[in-house]
Amino acid sequence: MSRKLGFGAAINEAIQIAMQTDPTVILMGEDVAGGGKREGDDIDEMGGVLGTTRGLVKSFPDRVLDTPISEMGLMGTGVGAAATGLRPIVELMFMDFLGTSLDPLLNQAAKLRYMLGGKARIPLTVRTVSGAGMQAAAQHSQSLYWITAGIPGLKTVIPSNPADAKGLLLAAIRDDNPVVFCEPKLILRTSGEVPEGDYEVPIGKAQRIREGHDVSLIGFGGTVPVCQKAADKLAREDGIECDVIDLRSLQPLDEEAILGSLEKTGRLVVVDESTPRSSVASDVAALCVDQGFDFLEAPVKRVTAPHAPVPFSRTLEQTYIPSAERVIAAVREQA
Amino acid sequence: MNLDRTQLLEAYRRMRRIRSFEERLSDLVTAGKMGGFMHLYLGEEAVAVGVCSHLSDQDIVTSTHRGHGHCIAKGVGIAEMMAELFGRATGICKGKGGSMHIADLDKGMLGANGIVGAGIPLATGAGLSAQLRGSGEVAVAFFGDGATNQGAFHESLNMAANWKLPVLYVVENNGFGEFTPTEFVIPVKDIAVRADSYAMKSLIADGMDFFDVFEKTGEALDHCRSGQGPVLLECKTYRFGGHFVGDPLVYRSKEEAEDWIQNRDPLDGFEQQCVEASLVDASDLRQIDLEVKEELDAAVEAAEAAPMPDPSELTADVYFEEGA
Ligand SMILES: Cc1ncc(C[n+]2csc(CCOP(=O)(O)OP(=O)(O)O)c2C)c(N)n1
Repeated sequence: MSRKLGFGAAINEAIQIAMQTDPTVILMGEDVAGGGKREGDDIDEMGGVLGTTRGLVKSFPDRVLDTPISEMGLMGTGVGAAATGLRPIVELMFMDFLGTSLDPLLNQAAKLRYMLGGKARIPLTVRTVSGAGMQAAAQHSQSLYWITAGIPGLKTVIPSNPADAKGLLLAAIRDDNPVVFCEPKLILRTSGEVPEGDYEVPIGKAQRIREGHDVSLIGFGGTVPVCQKAADKLAREDGIECDVIDLRSLQPLDEEAILGSLEKTGRLVVVDESTPRSSVASDVAALCVDQGFDFLEAPVKRVTAPHAPVPFSRTLEQTYIPSAERVIAAVREQA
Repeated sequence: MNLDRTQLLEAYRRMRRIRSFEERLSDLVTAGKMGGFMHLYLGEEAVAVGVCSHLSDQDIVTSTHRGHGHCIAKGVGIAEMMAELFGRATGICKGKGGSMHIADLDKGMLGANGIVGAGIPLATGAGLSAQLRGSGEVAVAFFGDGATNQGAFHESLNMAANWKLPVLYVVENNGFGEFTPTEFVIPVKDIAVRADSYAMKSLIADGMDFFDVFEKTGEALDHCRSGQGPVLLECKTYRFGGHFVGDPLVYRSKEEAEDWIQNRDPLDGFEQQCVEASLVDASDLRQIDLEVKEELDAAVEAAEAAPMPDPSELTADVYFEEGA
């Protein structure tokens, strides 16, 4: 059984299930309750800046914690609690705030198990809103998953639809490793069919969302709908059939799915919302050259943001974000 | 009090400018004409203007996500600000910064900031620069109560106190960080006491009263400028609107908000005190209200008619380039 749910509602449901099924799961972050638990009848809680965690503090008053605006403390506390018997979900309101919270992730969570000779387990989940699309400008719009995906010891996942969001988040919470879970702004306001009940989407497995033999389009998070739109138009106007792959997980990366698709099509375009240097897009391109060279019939194309901060102005921001038009142009260039 | 009539009228003009500017933005965002995250300074006007009335264009201020008030108080032009918020090429930051990054270095305004607490060390650095250059300038950091829970706040205060930097730290305590009441996340009643652990001077002002803020700032800046080191000034204030435009305000009581808005309005208080003491006439103030409205109408009209930035701007100014 499934029903239509928004992206945020799917995430809320996953947290609800995780907290019901495991008393060690806690949720902490800035305004995750947001005025909840206050005396007085007319006081309701906001449940986060985007309302994603609304209602959870009522169900789990002792396990939903509003923290001060102290990301270093928030993240470090999450790591310490994870190392000592809890399974915390830390909400980092926007991924840009990695800047104020990085050490506990980079030097603690990611390395503790290794440094302690395999004795520590860090079942930490970091939920964070990433990417551009709301005119939130340079410090609230970055897609910084390329940083977390590049740190050994961390996993990074990014769903493209509400059903995957629910299943991936449940898998992330129950994973015994620190997992960064990105919620891309480009699709935060979308909705879709979401199965009821408890299920997990495995971390590290990509999903083919459209079958084709001419060119592989590799997307993830907010670029998946962009790839779909491009694929529709290419089929209609050029008779080009795209094999569209949603990576879902950036680390571990489903190399088999990428190479398998490339073997079939011989052409590949990877679409990434982040800046191009040291990016997931560059990683995928390198993989194709390194291990799929014999399959290649055309150069691999990367469609990414430019090497620049995210601008405020609406028209500039729209140009910044990879568009279906740019994907189509890349595919046509290969043909 | 050492303000003459001209200075008083200028202070009122700046407070009115902030009030009207923010009210206009609220309308524009609600009407869907303007995008982005918009945090308004409504209700806190006396703080920015009370402090900045002591500053010259060479004194640096750093600001927050709620930065329009600090810009206007520091003398940044509202036409260029309005164009910025419309994302236009004629904006003060060429449309690339927006509300959370609005700035004008020519006016000593180093920028609003999207990162809570980030302006505090920047002002500390500006204070260090002023000290080492021997310029006699001061630096002022504006920030909210919520920001005092960031490590950046504590690290900065410690450094400034050790080095006796000419920095004024102004905490605008408006009772909330986003939707969370301050008392949920700060165990002390007066944030000013946080200065004690750095052996730093602190003061508390009524942030709804221009004259109190002005006077306490004067005392604080005398301290900074005479080489005795930094000061933490806590201004008790209130945010009349939501955290951002569109905030449903479900988390705070209507009675509490109404009380502040009806009884503690900083512009009303200023007018009452000035008129009662016969320092200015009410008619002078109405004339200013009118002029500000006209100025604002013109700013909106010009901004709406201005061109959007050229796509080439996307990658311009990422790095300093010789001759650019
Ligand atoms: C580092 C960082 N953490 C969190 C946020 C999200 N955020 C924006 S404003 C705000 C509340 C700030 O409260 P306060 O400092 O008291 O200032 P006020 O909004 O009350 O003026 C928060 C949490 C942010 N922008 N930057």
